[in-house]
Amino acid sequence: MKILVCISHVPDTTSKINFTDGDTKFDSSGVQFVINPNDEFGLTRAMWFKEKQGADVTVVNVGGPETEPTLRKALAIGADNAIRVNTEAKDGYQVAKQLANVVKEGGYDLVIAGRESIDYNGGMVPGMLAGLIDANFVTNCISLEVDGTKATAMREIDGGKETVSTSLPLVIGGQKGLVEESDLRIPNMRGIMMARKKPLEVKEPIDAGTETASVKFEKPAAKGAVKLIDPDNVEELVNLLHNEAKVI
Amino acid sequence: MSVLVYTESEQGKFKKVALEVASYARAVADEMGTTVTAITFNADDTSVLGNHGVDKVLKVNNSDLEKFNANAYASAISQAAEKEGTKVVIVSSSADSKYLAPLLAINLDAGYASNVVEAPSSVSPFTVKRTAFTNKAFNMTTIDTDVKLVGVSKNAFGVKESSASATAEDFSPNVPELTVHVDSVDKITGQVTIADADIVVSGGRGLKGPENWGMIEELAEVLGAATACSKPVSDLGWRPHGEHVGQTGKPVASNLYIAIGISGAIQHLAGINASKVKVVINTDPEAPFFKAADYGIVGDAFEVVPKLIEKLKEFKAQQ
Repeated sequence: MKILVCISHVPDTTSKINFTDGDTKFDSSGVQFVINPNDEFGLTRAMWFKEKQGADVTVVNVGGPETEPTLRKALAIGADNAIRVNTEAKDGYQVAKQLANVVKEGGYDLVIAGRESIDYNGGMVPGMLAGLIDANFVTNCISLEVDGTKATAMREIDGGKETVSTSLPLVIGGQKGLVEESDLRIPNMRGIMMARKKPLEVKEPIDAGTETASVKFEKPAAKGAVKLIDPDNVEELVNLLHNEAKVI
Repeated sequence: MSVLVYTESEQGKFKKVALEVASYARAVADEMGTTVTAITFNADDTSVLGNHGVDKVLKVNNSDLEKFNANAYASAISQAAEKEGTKVVIVSSSADSKYLAPLLAINLDAGYASNVVEAPSSVSPFTVKRTAFTNKAFNMTTIDTDVKLVGVSKNAFGVKESSASATAEDFSPNVPELTVHVDSVDKITGQVTIADADIVVSGGRGLKGPENWGMIEELAEVLGAATACSKPVSDLGWRPHGEHVGQTGKPVASNLYIAIGISGAIQHLAGINASKVKVVINTDPEAPFFKAADYGIVGDAFEVVPKLIEKLKEFKAQQ
C-alpha cells in the first residue's frame, strides 16, 4: 500500500497571532512552526500501517522552502520520502489541485490529511482532493483499518460517532483518535540523522488557479474586564446571567 | 438565480442550524434581489422554513438517503443548484455540512468559504468574514468564482424570523452509487450535544478526578447544557475524547460557556472563543481564563458549584 500523508506547516498552537503589511499577511516573525496537529495524528497512524502492513509512506507539503524543516521532522518520525510542491499555498482549491497531481503521478492508494489546518481552518483540502481524483472520502476520522482494498473507518458526528466501510482509493480527513496523543512520536537522534539522507523531492507546481482570495485579517475586538462575583454570593451570578447577559 | 440553502433535518425535524442557515440565505438573497430555495432530505413538515425566509422548498424523499451520505447529498444539492440556476449555495458548519461542502464545491466549480460569521459585506466582489487561526483572528475573503459556496458558522448569524410562506415541490435527483456505507451509528441520546447546545458546562484538571464529574453533570442538567472538558482531562482518560473542546478538539460556539477548574491555556481559549458569554470558576485568580471571561468567581469549585446548582434550581423553579 502506498500512503501519502499531507502535512501542513502551521504556527505552533501556543503562538500569538499577528499580521503585517496592513493586516494582509500573517506575521511569522518569532513564530515556531510545527506539523499541523490533525496531520500528525494521521502521520502516526500511517507509521502503524508501515510497521504492521509494510506500507510505503510519503509526506507532502505545498509551500516554499521555509516548510522543509517541517517535512524533515515528518521524515525523522519515520516517513520514507517527502515531496514539496514548490509554490505558495494560496487557497484550498489551489492546494487540492497540486495534491491531486501528486496523487495521480505517484499512484497512492490512501491519502491521509488532517480534517483542517489550525491556521486557516478551511477544512476543504481533503474533500476537494477526493472530489478531484474521484476517490472515496471520510472526514473527522477517528479510527482507520485497511484490509486489502477494503477500509473501515470511524467518523465523529455531532453527538456521537459512526462506523463506515468503504474501499481504496481513499482520502481521509484525520484528527485525534486516529491515534492517541500518547502515541505521537518525538523524533530521536537516529531518526533525525536518517531523515537528513532521505529523499525530499522538490516538485514544480502545475498550473492551477485560485477560487478565493484573502483580502485582510482582523483581530477580535478587545474585551472588557471580567466581572468578579463573590464566591459566597453565587446568586448574583444567576441574576447577572439572567438579567444582564440574558443567556439563562 | 435563487440562493440555495441545504437545511438539515434529523428524523424528519429541522435542526436549529437549518433555521440559522435559512435566515442567512434570506439576507444574501435580499442583497442580491432574488429568492431563497431550500433543499431537504426526508424532512416532514417544511412549512417552518417559510418563517425563516425560504420561498421554495425542494423536497427529496428517498429511502436510499435515510442515512447521511456526503457524496450522494453533495450530488443531489449540485443537481438542485443546476436546476435552479443558483449562484450562491449556503450550508452550515455541522459535521455533515463540513463533510459534504468540499465535494459540492468541486461538483459546482464553486469557491468555498467556511466558518463565515456575518452576511456578505459585499456581493460584488462577493466578500465574507470568516474565522481563522481557530478564532484568534478573522479573515475577509472574496469568493471569485461564478458559483459561490458559503459555510456559515454556528450561532454567529442567528435565527431570524420573517413572515413568508414557502411553497414545496418534490425533487428526485439521480443518486450516485454509494461507495461509503454507514454500518452503525453510535449516538448519545437524551443528552444535549456540544454541537447543538446553547449552554456548555466544561470541567478541567482542577476537578482532580473523574469521580468528581457528578456536579458538572448535575449543573449541566439544571441548565439543559452539554458537558465538555479540557484537553488534559481527555488525555488523562477522565472523560471521552468527544467532550474535548479547544483548538485540537471540538469548537464551541454556545451562548453561554461555563469553565470550571480550567486555567485557560491559549489553545483552549481559541476553541471556545466564539461563545458569547463566558464564565470561569477557578481557585487561582491569576488563571488566564479570567482575562477571557465575562464573569468570574475566584473560589473552590467544590464549594461554589453545589451552591450554584442550588441557586439555579431555585431560579428555574420561579420561572
